[in-house]
Amino acid sequence: MTGGNRSEFRLNGAGYRYPGRADWAVRDVTLTIAPGERIGLIGPNGSGKSTLLKLLSGFLRPQQGEVQLNGSPVESMAAWQLAQQVAVVPQSVQFIFPFTVREIVAMGRLPRRLARSESWKNWLGGLPVSAGWSAEGRDDRVAVQAALADMELEPIADRSVLELSGGERQKVLLARALAQHPAILLLDEPTAALDWHHQSVVYRRVRALNEEQGATVVLVSHDLNLAALFARRLVLLDGGRIRRIGSPDEVLTQAELDALYAQSVVVDRHPSADAPRVTLKP
Amino acid sequence: MVTRRWAPARLLFLTVLLLGGSILAALSWGSVAISWRAMPTLFWQWVSGVPLSPPAMVLWEIRLPRILLAGLIGGVLAVVGASLQALLRNALADPYVLGVSSGAALGAVVGGLVSHSLHEASVTLFLCAFAGSLLTLVLLYRISSVHGLLPVQTLLLAGVVINAIFSALVLFAVALVEPSRLFGLLSWLMGSIGSADYRIVGLLFLYSLVGLILLLGRAEQLNLLTLGDESARSLGVEPERLKRLIFVVTALLTGAVVSLSGMIGFIGMMVPHALRLLIGPDHRLLLPASAVIGAAFLILADLLARSLLAPTELPVGVITALLGGPFFLYLLWQRRQGAITGD
Repeated sequence: MTGGNRSEFRLNGAGYRYPGRADWAVRDVTLTIAPGERIGLIGPNGSGKSTLLKLLSGFLRPQQGEVQLNGSPVESMAAWQLAQQVAVVPQSVQFIFPFTVREIVAMGRLPRRLARSESWKNWLGGLPVSAGWSAEGRDDRVAVQAALADMELEPIADRSVLELSGGERQKVLLARALAQHPAILLLDEPTAALDWHHQSVVYRRVRALNEEQGATVVLVSHDLNLAALFARRLVLLDGGRIRRIGSPDEVLTQAELDALYAQSVVVDRHPSADAPRVTLKP
Repeated sequence: MVTRRWAPARLLFLTVLLLGGSILAALSWGSVAISWRAMPTLFWQWVSGVPLSPPAMVLWEIRLPRILLAGLIGGVLAVVGASLQALLRNALADPYVLGVSSGAALGAVVGGLVSHSLHEASVTLFLCAFAGSLLTLVLLYRISSVHGLLPVQTLLLAGVVINAIFSALVLFAVALVEPSRLFGLLSWLMGSIGSADYRIVGLLFLYSLVGLILLLGRAEQLNLLTLGDESARSLGVEPERLKRLIFVVTALLTGAVVSLSGMIGFIGMMVPHALRLLIGPDHRLLLPASAVIGAAFLILADLLARSLLAPTELPVGVITALLGGPFFLYLLWQRRQGAITGD
């Protein structure tokens, strides 16, 4: 785990356009995400939140501008190098084969083992040694067990993921990311299918990762209240561009949301937290 | 429901037992029955270099190389099937069903026509078969990929149609062949092990060993690939590079196997599918287990093929299709049930 997390994302005028589309999904985004930040990407449907997250994770290459992690372009980094620092929790994964929950979570340990074999490879003068067939070690098992416990998945650890509900699957993907011991955690609507108890389990754990271990957390959410409660800084996206950046109080203003959501919401204060609250107008 | 699986030790024991049993059965049964008790004596004759008695000739010069060849081909087909299933994210993928084998067969027939050495193991034949299977795989992937996913229906339909086109082209090419060579060609096309010698067995063994090691060395990356490109990439695997490698290795293996034994179907789908139920989908175990069980399966199928209508020999492809076709339909039917219950 990262005691002193120094991983910093820097986007310089980054943009992306999906193949065959005329409009840009993300355009001219310039943003620095400091080590240890807890930042939320919000905006209406189709505003480019998920695309921006995929640019950060290196899954998409920017067609405009640059995305850098600690000064080097993300697209030039090998996947195994990036996976040492960055863990991604996608909205959902379509499982095809009956892996157990434990097996899926253990996959989060592969980057560590790949890194070990990459260092062998250098030692052997670049021979194509591969870690594709290695057994989990003791530290791997400990990490997997801890991640399962964190997400309250122990009772179903030996069940097939094909039998799980949508919410359980989301928790499995979260546990997989936790087992990865990342310096940066990228979350794409990680609790959209979870009830309130499980939402609070997830956010307590992710907040602890941020506050105690200094991990950076980037959260994509269409739920403005959740983002306001969780993030210290919000980035409001509109049509692929940044419309506003700041604290939840600065971004979630009545004037801003009136313009964005066609006057269908009310902004007041959260009754028990120091955060704005957004509710739907009747 | 908790997923119960076999422990690796039990798996190893049972697979080796099954493979050994099938080899012994195939050695013993045939037009000349040879009892197991006689085998040690006959074996001694063979290794000590004395002139072989007729039963020893049958055993060591005809049956054993044929058994070894069948085992290698079965193992390769099962491993290719398991790898294609991971690559295409589809449990029904099989080189035969998807038309990859007929692509290879077309390549081999064209190569044979060009080099005038049809139905003989040759490098030209093999290279053309490799080109045919690689072309089919790429075509299949290009046609059926939707945002990196290959929906079952599209993939199978594309495979069926590619299969039909290539089979028609193969028959077209066969029409150009002189009648005296027709029977051998047809039985090869339908998939048969036929005669084998140790040189070919040895070459194929080394060749498929390299292929198996290349695939096995990426077993964990294959596990990740089944979760999709995004998951694979975020966990340190370059999906495009891995896919290219799997495409080339599976095409090389399919090419070699088809140029030697024609189109033997369904092993690549049946064996990994049955094994996943017993040991789970982890490719670190699934690939080697598929190799061993695939070998045992084809050895037994070939034994059936040569003894069912003895002394007439059936092409072994007929046996595997008769077993595998209904199994495939059963899986489709099961999926339809799943679609209704929302599984």
